[in-house]
Amino acid sequence: MKAPLQVTVLQIDGREISAHADQTILQVALENNIWIPTLCHLEGLSDIGACRLCLVEIQGIAKLQPACATRVREGMQVVTRSARLDKYRQSIIELLFAERNHICSVCVVNGHCDLQYLARKLGIEHVHFPYMYPNLPVDASHERFALDQNRCILCTRCVRVCSEVEGAHTWDIKGSGIQSRVITDFDQPWGEAESCTSCGKCVNVCPTGALFQKGKSVAEMAKQRGFLPYLTMMREEETK
Amino acid sequence: MSERQKARIATVWLDGCSGCHMSFLDLDEKLLDVLAQADLVYSPLVDYKEFPENVDVTLVEGAVSSLEDLEKIKLIRARTKILVSLGDCAVMANVPSMRNPFGARAVLERAYLENVTLHPQIPQQVIPPLLKRVRPVHQVVKVDVFVPGCPPSAATIGYVVNELLAGRIPDITDKTRFGA
Ligand code: SF4
Ligand code: SF4
Ligand code: FES
Repeated sequence: MKAPLQVTVLQIDGREISAHADQTILQVALENNIWIPTLCHLEGLSDIGACRLCLVEIQGIAKLQPACATRVREGMQVVTRSARLDKYRQSIIELLFAERNHICSVCVVNGHCDLQYLARKLGIEHVHFPYMYPNLPVDASHERFALDQNRCILCTRCVRVCSEVEGAHTWDIKGSGIQSRVITDFDQPWGEAESCTSCGKCVNVCPTGALFQKGKSVAEMAKQRGFLPYLTMMREEETK
Repeated sequence: MSERQKARIATVWLDGCSGCHMSFLDLDEKLLDVLAQADLVYSPLVDYKEFPENVDVTLVEGAVSSLEDLEKIKLIRARTKILVSLGDCAVMANVPSMRNPFGARAVLERAYLENVTLHPQIPQQVIPPLLKRVRPVHQVVKVDVFVPGCPPSAATIGYVVNELLAGRIPDITDKTRFGA
């Protein structure tokens, strides 16, 4: 059994809200219907605070903090919407577009993509930064799935679901900074990665068109994510 | 825009598939309302050869891919009050930019050498020289209004044009998106 939880009272956007002391700001915000944009976070996976989209202002702390990786504290005053936050969030999304080749009109997930959705939601109608146009490969060696590096935003959801939920750890990241790439089994072609169980979890958690099912054409690939919170909930039940 | 004088609008077609113009034509009978308020002073749909001075609104379809596009858009910018990037090719270079990772030379070789059996050669005339990189319009000249979509729907274009003719800058964020 878990230890009894302590209750904490904090303010989000001026609203008094009570929460469990071990919750993150993001969890509490979502429970109270306060929307915070996220990309690397996915319910059911560990949080790594990588994409910085969920940054919030906390009174008394000069630096912005990621809501997904920051625990609530008694008396904390959090701001989730401000001109400054909007600016940062828009810049993050625009940089993701500029860093790889996102051609939404011919993309398998057009209309079902988290990146595209956030661009619209954050009011982005063009990218201010110059595009990089890197020359990136597509790995179609797997029997059922494919990886298009042009669309990868390096959120590592695939890495985490494969390691934390499927237990295979086929995925990893090589390189650093702008040279980072997702890889399968020590940088082998996916089709030759022996650890892959072909479960398809990575494909479904991937927020973009980077991972998709073969045979899907433009706009045909919608991701199924319902399994994830369900699976983690069942496992927590079992280990109680 | 003044009540007495009709507004002067133009449309141009750079490196795009003409889909945005087709979508514009899909305004159907509503085009008559637009033309009641404005004169179409230059467009692939009308027969004027030279881009005129003093244009109030120009809708640009297509990315900037060739030297010709580049020269055209600079002239158009200089002669237009409100320049609108219409559609994903103008807004983000879209499909035309898919050559950027491997370069213009590779495209020409593929089209004029590798796939040709009779006298393969890259043309030096008629075909305008390609730029090294295809770019969205705003990375070449200042753009005032962005309307993403591939193509933006007729309803979106109608909204944009009517707002501009009413002297307002349209807010399109809840109407269209990249790839729409
Ligand atoms: S992954 Fe999303 S943002 Fe990128 S091209 Fe595809 S639909 Fe557009
Ligand atoms: S392949 Fe998809 S899930 Fe994996 S890091 Fe890239 S965008 Fe994220
Ligand atoms: S969702 Fe919090 S940092 Fe990515």
